[in-house]
Amino acid sequence: MTGILALQAIQEVMAVALAPLLTGLVRRTKARLQCRLGPSAFQPYRDLFRLLRKEVVLAPNASWLFSAAPVVVCATTWVAATLVPSFTLDVRLAPAADLIAIVGLLASARFVLALAGLDIGTSFGGIGASREMMIASVAEPAMLMLIFSLALVAGTTRLTDIAAFVQSPILGLRISLMLAFVGFVMIAVAENGRIPVDNPATHLELTMVHEAMVLEYSGRHLALIELAGSIRLLLYVSLISAVFLPWGLAPEGAGVARCGAAVLFYLAKLFVGANLLALFEVTIAKMRVFRVPQFIGAALMLGLLAALLRLVSESL
Amino acid sequence: MATLADIIADGIEGQWPRAVVSPDVWESAGRQIAEGTWTLVAHWGEPGMVHVAIRERGTGTTGILSLNAAGGRFPSLGRHALPARRLERTIRDLFGLEPEGAPDLRPWLDHGRWGLSHPLGVHAAAAEPEPYRFLPVEGEGLHQIPVGPVHAGIIEPGHFRFTASGETIVRLEERLGYVHKGIEGLLTGAPLDRAAKLAGRASGDSTVAYATAFAQAVEAACGVEVPSRAVYLRAVMLELERIANHVGDIGAICNDAAFGLMHAHCAVLRERVLRAAALAFGHRLMMDRVVPGGVAVDIDPKAKDHISKLLAQIARQFPALIVIYEDTASLQDRTVRTGMVRHDLVARFGAGGFVGRASGRTFDTRKVLRCPPYDMLDFEVTVLERGDVDARIRIRIREIEQSLSLLGQLIAQLPYGDIRADVAPRAAEGAALVEGFRGDIFAWLRMNEDGSVARCHLRDPSCFQWPLLEAAIDGNIVADFPLCNKSFNCSYAGHDL
Repeated sequence: MTGILALQAIQEVMAVALAPLLTGLVRRTKARLQCRLGPSAFQPYRDLFRLLRKEVVLAPNASWLFSAAPVVVCATTWVAATLVPSFTLDVRLAPAADLIAIVGLLASARFVLALAGLDIGTSFGGIGASREMMIASVAEPAMLMLIFSLALVAGTTRLTDIAAFVQSPILGLRISLMLAFVGFVMIAVAENGRIPVDNPATHLELTMVHEAMVLEYSGRHLALIELAGSIRLLLYVSLISAVFLPWGLAPEGAGVARCGAAVLFYLAKLFVGANLLALFEVTIAKMRVFRVPQFIGAALMLGLLAALLRLVSESL
Repeated sequence: MATLADIIADGIEGQWPRAVVSPDVWESAGRQIAEGTWTLVAHWGEPGMVHVAIRERGTGTTGILSLNAAGGRFPSLGRHALPARRLERTIRDLFGLEPEGAPDLRPWLDHGRWGLSHPLGVHAAAAEPEPYRFLPVEGEGLHQIPVGPVHAGIIEPGHFRFTASGETIVRLEERLGYVHKGIEGLLTGAPLDRAAKLAGRASGDSTVAYATAFAQAVEAACGVEVPSRAVYLRAVMLELERIANHVGDIGAICNDAAFGLMHAHCAVLRERVLRAAALAFGHRLMMDRVVPGGVAVDIDPKAKDHISKLLAQIARQFPALIVIYEDTASLQDRTVRTGMVRHDLVARFGAGGFVGRASGRTFDTRKVLRCPPYDMLDFEVTVLERGDVDARIRIRIREIEQSLSLLGQLIAQLPYGDIRADVAPRAAEGAALVEGFRGDIFAWLRMNEDGSVARCHLRDPSCFQWPLLEAAIDGNIVADFPLCNKSFNCSYAGHDL
């Protein structure tokens, strides 16, 4: 029992501790691919500590919602991240580790942040919130569609069970799973505000989506929001690797050595994921805002196709 | 109607002869500009007088018309001619001369923070600052987005007022003047060497072009014969400046579409060009290297080889970048058919540089005026028709290629001899038009007998490009504005002076 609790605690701490490193790694690889030196991969930690020490500047018309939103956003994203099995299937929260629950948690974080963007009353907050909601209104159905197709294949929406199912040797080559994988990656790009949907590094107020919503945040509030953003990226990388590439995950009741190996496996997956994301971002320009629904619509169609294929034949 | 040659026949001689005209001729000039037979080159004031520099389309005759405005009023050109409107507001702010019948009398450069009114004319107590009235926009569901003057990035200050319907821009109105430095006021009465320095600081990225325009105006006024080596060295600097700016801007435009790869590679190329400039002339931006009478420093003998090597290197690397630009579909999707500028607007405003040439206006000072040394060199001026962001990028790409070729020719043919002639000051007037990287920079000055500047006016190409940006963005989406803006890359400093 204590072992399971310890594993759960490790997972929770790891989510927060590794998230900034993942973001830093993506930035560093991107910089290297663009022939720049770039800051160290640990720079996001320094940024977070710097922001924590800084004074919070609040607009006079900011309500309690504006100050509360970063805490809520960070907390919900963190909870969602801990629901995803990172290196072991043996988690205390396994019964709650449901894909739909994760989508719900992320959606509430987004809702609160959009409210905070509107709360402050600046035009950029409004633009950001409206764009974010436009993206959400297509991304969330697409995500659910993909989850349903997974549920049809695996027979459950519980993450640990899906992972165990995909790991099992009885599973052959499943086209529906592959389609869902591509769809998941597309959604992950959109939900994390990466290029080509949004540019996390831009200074151009008029093109921002996520950054426009949080433009008025400063100090520890901004630190929490940045941390939440990093955790969300970690969540999606972990989610995709847990569902589609669950190899290396420690099974229930595994020993310490097995768990240690699983952690290394997990770190390797994060490293590969960060580099692939950076490579993708370097080779593509940002799309027009109104192209985003088409992009996410493609993910929705992939989910639909996966579900249909599964209905046509048990073995697809 | 009278041709320009008829009107200025008895004016002050020179390439830009000036004639004082009657109010009737002045008004007919406004109509000629509006009809498009004449192109407005510059419009400026001085105490008790207003001037307008004109280029006649077709014949290519250039000249300056002046109108006595001793009564503090002059008939507005802007009533007919769109490009004159902001210039008239500037004249009104600086000199207190009222353009009669002008449709728009809002202040332009004067934001009520100078502590006085009409700093270059008859000083008056500062008027009570009133809120700036943006043009009204009416319609269902429109909202306004104020952007600037302080931006999230490190760029110059300017205010943009967007009226949008959802994401679609219905109208953009610019408000500039935040970087007014009073350069024309500082130039008045300045000794020649100080005036040359000031002119080179009107817009830092075009410092060579500004300094050259000023120097040529002085030389025209004083009848100075510039040594041919200096003429060639000026051209070397101008082309280096052009290449550095164009390369940097192409990268910056791509970066605004979140395509950082081009930005990084272009930044490296730009840096190489700047270092070559530093090696050759001792200053990365070649500031204060062009002076009236010639150039201040000769090219470093070692630098000739270095520049030749640089040219070969850029000629090797640049095509690869162009291939990246052309083959990245996601990038082309952003630039093609974004921010289109209509041909008639470009012609009406007489917009120069890549903005004009991307929309079918064949005007390049180097080719049209055939000023030395460009009359001896082999190069082409590319003109495109589509007028979108992509066309502006492609014009810049072609210009870089032409500039590389020009640099090669200039270095190879560089004559020997003096680099600077003495300027014997005399009370006279002169004007010059020089092709900077943004377009034609106009300089006019009147010298005193003691060699100080009595009055000098510098006109940035951006004056006729800023209004086109407002037109280009109509009907585009808000998120595309940075891309369009960067493809224009108008100067704030040069416009606000």
